[in-house]
Amino acid sequence: MDNIQVSVENLVVEYKTEHGNVQAVNGVNIQVKKGKTLGIVGETGAGKTTTALAVLRLIPNPPGIVKSGKIIVDGEDISGKSEFEMNKIRGGIVSMIFQDPMTSLNPVLTVGDQIAESIGIHQGLSRKEAMKKAEEMLEMVGIPGYRSGEYPHQFSGGMKQRVGIAIALSCNPQLLIADEPTTALDVTIQAQVLQLMKSLRDQYGTSMIMITHDLGIVAEVCDDVAIMYGGRIIEQGTLEDIFKKTKHPYTEGLFNSLPNLANRTEKLKPIRGLMPDPARLPSGCVFHPRCLYAQEICQSRVPQRTDFSDTHMVCCLAYEEGTNIEVKGGGRIV
Amino acid sequence: MAKYIIKRILMLIPVIIGVAFLVFSILSFTPGDPIRIILGEEATPEAIEQLTMELGLDQPLVVQFFRYLVRLAQGDLGRSYITNRPVFGEIMNALPHTIELTIWSVAIGLVIAIPVGVISALKQYSLLDNISMVITLIGAAIPNFWFGLLLMLLFSLTLGLLPSSGVGTPLHMILPALTLGTTNAAIIARMTRSSMLEVIRQDYIRTAKSKGVGRGKIIRKHAFRNASIPIVTVIGLQFGGLLGGAVLTETVFSIPGLGILMVNAIRQMDTPMVLGSIIVFTILFCIINLIVDLLYAFLDPRIKAAYK
Repeated sequence: MDNIQVSVENLVVEYKTEHGNVQAVNGVNIQVKKGKTLGIVGETGAGKTTTALAVLRLIPNPPGIVKSGKIIVDGEDISGKSEFEMNKIRGGIVSMIFQDPMTSLNPVLTVGDQIAESIGIHQGLSRKEAMKKAEEMLEMVGIPGYRSGEYPHQFSGGMKQRVGIAIALSCNPQLLIADEPTTALDVTIQAQVLQLMKSLRDQYGTSMIMITHDLGIVAEVCDDVAIMYGGRIIEQGTLEDIFKKTKHPYTEGLFNSLPNLANRTEKLKPIRGLMPDPARLPSGCVFHPRCLYAQEICQSRVPQRTDFSDTHMVCCLAYEEGTNIEVKGGGRIV
Repeated sequence: MAKYIIKRILMLIPVIIGVAFLVFSILSFTPGDPIRIILGEEATPEAIEQLTMELGLDQPLVVQFFRYLVRLAQGDLGRSYITNRPVFGEIMNALPHTIELTIWSVAIGLVIAIPVGVISALKQYSLLDNISMVITLIGAAIPNFWFGLLLMLLFSLTLGLLPSSGVGTPLHMILPALTLGTTNAAIIARMTRSSMLEVIRQDYIRTAKSKGVGRGKIIRKHAFRNASIPIVTVIGLQFGGLLGGAVLTETVFSIPGLGILMVNAIRQMDTPMVLGSIIVFTILFCIINLIVDLLYAFLDPRIKAAYK
């Protein structure tokens, strides 16, 4: 398929811990189409960041090991590539924006230097040319170019994240992975940063993976959505599939946890319980202890994938033959 | 920055006055009479009285102290009670030996310890890491005068490779510098390891990796500079300890440095010599501290911003 930028096939990642091996990601399949944005949504600990780091082969080892799975970037399997070859992909073809801008920039190097470093590596420019390009990148993300000689501590959180964006976009990557890029920022700054990312993405036609737990961000920037829970993708589809034809009880729960702005006095309906400890995932369907519709069978049988259309799939026993589970689902508009 | 340096140098003045006062008081409370030591037990009362007047020892302590300060401000450290030669000249003869010894031992520490620490951190829990951590633990625990004697036994007496005492050639410096430097090198190696381990887990290292920066450059450019701040602190503190430790090492290896000069002066109640050498030690220590603080600013722009 020519229009696929990145596909992850059957990815399994384990972390070694004192309490034995923990499966952080368990058989994840995702595809990002060229020029499109895929949102990966889930709570903390669902395996979103691990999936993203796997695409860059940056899972810290030890303790993390990729047990199986293929990662295909622009038609090429990167699993067997040497570190030297990977370093051409990192930052050049696939780049990443990290969650916490406060700690993601090196405190002892100027921001200009940190942007220019990437440019120097991937575009083979001289130091002077790279610095000039770095200033242009700063201007592009709305920071005056003359500030390239300043250090990260001289910038606010929102500005630092803009620097992070400038670093990530400096070599016109084909795929940009944004790992909760606005989580650490003030709400007012979040909108600005998101807007900036959107406009740059559209300007360069970059494909994007947007990792978030915020369905509002998903609605604003994503074309496709994958909902992750307990290291698995439990529902996947286009934005419309997920928002208007919600199938999985967990997805439904996520929507119900959003505040209703039309009726502000209404109480929130959070999903009961907590995300399970990845070291002790429940049997059967991993979501069953928290599911409003769970039946006995959910404790023992692992749900398989059910396809509703070419784009929309869900893993829930309610949609499988021979189970008798009622779910409300469907027809939600935010 | 220049303003900061000037401020720090001016701050030396109260420090020196304070140190001089402390030493002055301690010496005056120490049992023993310098006059008796100078003139011997059979001196006549007249001679004693005359010398006491000459040296100003008949004056109250406060007056003696202020007289000393006034002369100090003029750059005059006085004359030795024992040799009657200018204290300043004696110190200047001894000081180069001590500085040479200190610099050599720090150099040994840096050249060996930092690479060992960095490699141990990068290969954490490997055989290499375990071996070097055991060796550094032993190195840090060995009393250095005893280690000096062992080195002397092996390399001078048994193998006859290196001179056991005295000064003159770079060969003379090897054993004393090893003696003095081993403990510090061991501490620097362990410090470097733990500091590197902490830094290579930071988010900004991951950012650098995600940009496609090669491993070597990540270590040199991104990790080591951040990791070096606590290492510089330790080295700065060690310099002070080295000057003191030099006293023992100089004694073991008969190096005519400041340490020996000072110990002898204390033994002979040679007040001007003791005061002079302690003040020189103080100034050296403060200058090294200042250099360390300036290094911080060079290494970390956040600290530089705080130096106003």
